[in-house]
Amino acid sequence: MEQKLKTDFDKFISTSNFSNQEIKLKKEALDNFFKKGFPSKKLENWKFSDINQIIQKNIGELAFYNDYNVENEINDDIFIKEIEHNKIVIVNGKVERLSFEYEEKDKINLSTLDNFNQNSNEDNSLLSLNNCFSNKIHNILVKKYYSFKKPLIIYQITNDKVSNTNINFQLNFELEENSSIKIINLSDDNSEKNFINNLFNFNLSKNSILKNYKIDKKNNTNIKYDYSSIIQKENSISETFIFSSGSHYIKNEVNCNLEGKYSSAFINGIHQLSKNKHHEIRSNTKHLYENTKSYQLIKSVIDDSSKSVYQGKIYVDSKAQKTDGYQLSRAVLLNEQAEFNAKPELEIYADDVKCSHGSASGSLDEDSIFYLMSRGLDKKTAKELLINGFLLDVVEKITDEEIKILLKNMIGLN
Amino acid sequence: MRDKQIENLKDYKYGFSTDIESFKAPKGLNEEVIRFISNIKKEPDWLLQWRLKAFERLKVLEEPDWQKPKYPKIDYQDLYYYSAPKSFKEKPKNLEDLDPKLLETYKKLGIPLQEQKRLNGIAVDAVFDSVSVATTFKDTLTEKGIIFCSISEAIQKHPDLVRKYLGSVIPITDHFFATLNSAVFTDGSFVYIPPNVKCPMELSTYFRINASDTGQFERTLIIADKGSYVSYLEGCTAPMRDENQLHAANVELIALDDAEIKYSTVQNWYPGDKDGKGGIYNFVTKRGLCKGKNSKISWTQVETGSAITWKYPSCILKGDNSIGEFYSIAITNNHQKADTGTKMIHLGKNTKSKIISKGISAGKSDMTYRGLVDISKNAANSTNFTQCDSLLMGNKCGAHTVPYIKNKNSNSSIAHEATTSKISEDQLHYCQQRGLNQEEAVGLIVNGFCKEVLQQLPMEFAVEAQKLVGISLEGSVG
Repeated sequence: MEQKLKTDFDKFISTSNFSNQEIKLKKEALDNFFKKGFPSKKLENWKFSDINQIIQKNIGELAFYNDYNVENEINDDIFIKEIEHNKIVIVNGKVERLSFEYEEKDKINLSTLDNFNQNSNEDNSLLSLNNCFSNKIHNILVKKYYSFKKPLIIYQITNDKVSNTNINFQLNFELEENSSIKIINLSDDNSEKNFINNLFNFNLSKNSILKNYKIDKKNNTNIKYDYSSIIQKENSISETFIFSSGSHYIKNEVNCNLEGKYSSAFINGIHQLSKNKHHEIRSNTKHLYENTKSYQLIKSVIDDSSKSVYQGKIYVDSKAQKTDGYQLSRAVLLNEQAEFNAKPELEIYADDVKCSHGSASGSLDEDSIFYLMSRGLDKKTAKELLINGFLLDVVEKITDEEIKILLKNMIGLN
Repeated sequence: MRDKQIENLKDYKYGFSTDIESFKAPKGLNEEVIRFISNIKKEPDWLLQWRLKAFERLKVLEEPDWQKPKYPKIDYQDLYYYSAPKSFKEKPKNLEDLDPKLLETYKKLGIPLQEQKRLNGIAVDAVFDSVSVATTFKDTLTEKGIIFCSISEAIQKHPDLVRKYLGSVIPITDHFFATLNSAVFTDGSFVYIPPNVKCPMELSTYFRINASDTGQFERTLIIADKGSYVSYLEGCTAPMRDENQLHAANVELIALDDAEIKYSTVQNWYPGDKDGKGGIYNFVTKRGLCKGKNSKISWTQVETGSAITWKYPSCILKGDNSIGEFYSIAITNNHQKADTGTKMIHLGKNTKSKIISKGISAGKSDMTYRGLVDISKNAANSTNFTQCDSLLMGNKCGAHTVPYIKNKNSNSSIAHEATTSKISEDQLHYCQQRGLNQEEAVGLIVNGFCKEVLQQLPMEFAVEAQKLVGISLEGSVG
């Protein structure tokens, strides 16, 4: 793999036009990845999902070179018709279109970054890999007191031109004071057996609001790692919703740093899995200041021989008195072969806090099925109805009404 | 008056050391020392080979380092692996022959070895450093066919039983400390309850570390045959010394069909002084195997001592319909650290487990609950319930919860809940208004917090434990 990495890296650098500073940073990132390689289950965070093994088993040899000079066609049919929205279209890791047609131009600043965000670099080799091979990083800055009029939909498309390739993508958002944005991140995969590595950085200033909805619905054989870093200042709010169902393997990692007082973070997620899929959500909420709040609700429905994993950590610094942290994960196992693993974790260094977590897993309640059947539903419908209700609970947490309706239709929950 | 009493209790009252001449193996960990231990205990050859095999394995094992409390590296070559009172070269036949100094020690600890003085009918096996010094109530137990003696004696007298079960729950290929124990274990207790016998009294072992620079490596093996029942208690203390001492014991429990074992621990090793100097490293491996159908193993622990407590009493629920329980109170104060919890491995059908864990951290201490619930593919209709609550006193301490939950069976259910909070001002105010001082009020509230676990302890122990809970938290408020 080392040789492949080196030749692909040289090819990548020679076909792109990065500044010397960027090349230097990218080389450092490559060295860092060299040292650690793909994470394996020896690392605590990867205990339940050994990505090294998963890549080996499902993809085998990976190519790291991804040609960003290719012009990709975009089929307009894939765009959502139901609501008016701004677009970012990404094809195979390359930003093909940025259109903010519904917004005031002078309230947003679009740029590319010369150097990548170092702070999210913590001991994670996949972030190094991303920093090394991702194309120019776009930065979207929302200026003070501006709220997005329409949602922003990020279409993340892969087409059949790539396979057995590592696709890296990185995007930055900066929200100035009192600004707000709503984002839907929609995956549309038409490729097979790629390793897709995404990194999103969000910087939330005082009083800003981020609503981020991630949808992975289309069946595909890709392996994905999706990392969001959210840094929150005073009184800011972040809401993250994850629907993960389509890809063969996906690990969604959400890292929230609550650095300012009265800031709050909400992370809600659904796993709806069948066949032999393996999905994981890992949330890491760090309460670093007084009077902060976090809430997580994760629900999984697991069928066939699929596997769902939830790792949720709440960290409370000794400074962060009056923290309110709550976390709940629930899973329904529909098949003998299905598996649910959880690691809800609390790490607390302050005494005046209210933190709790709960986790429950089991089969569908027989009594409930019986109740519905005695009222004339057949078993299949009864089960579907119960699962529908079980998952709807999470969708109802979405605070934006328009998007809630859109997503309900998209996911097929009513 | 009350204040004076509290003042006295603040110090570790078991901190004295007995001035008794001891007989030690040469310092260090090597094959000779293992042969020395085996030889002095007149062990059969198979056991020596077993120890040497463990030692071979130890050479390639690495000390684990994933735990939360970190400690300076232990120099295993700088320890004594065997220490016994000199008068013990030949084990005394009865209490009259016992060194009066030893009797005095146990009297001071409140563990009278003379049976007539013992009113509450608990049979005691007392372990002093590396050897068992006395076992009481032997006759009463023998009548029922119960074997309760030191493991050294069992190796001599009941070699078949020992050979059959030793290492069957904790194999010599286990983790570092368990393997170390297998190589160098010195003494401990052995219990065998014959079929359909309900043990008429509580069995108890009292561990005492006296000599300095020694590690204590005892091994306990309890076998409950079909349809039997036993309740076993374990207590421990050590003198106050400035250096850290290692205690790495192995406890194996085996419950056959319809048998029940109840294992209670009140652990009060020397926790070190206020600045975190000295204290025992309590790295113990405890594991129970519910081998037969309808068997039950229940662990109850009150952990108040030790500089570092690092243990996970576990249950392997192999037999169908077997039950595993774990009740724990862990209290850390000053610079104490604890990383404790349990593992419930469900293998058989209709198995049930229950975990209640209460953690209290005060001062500059750090407490972690770490647990595993694993329901395997074949464990149909199994259930688990876990509750772990933590209480924090002050903002210099930490409380952490790290549960691992694995469910591989769709007919089984797991429920886990955990909370972390502090003592509410309202409760404190209410108690103080009714005339309790602040420390008493905290003591009362904490006892209420722990009640679910304290209830599981046998009467005599419960009272003792309740007092301990109060003492451990002295000086942590205000």
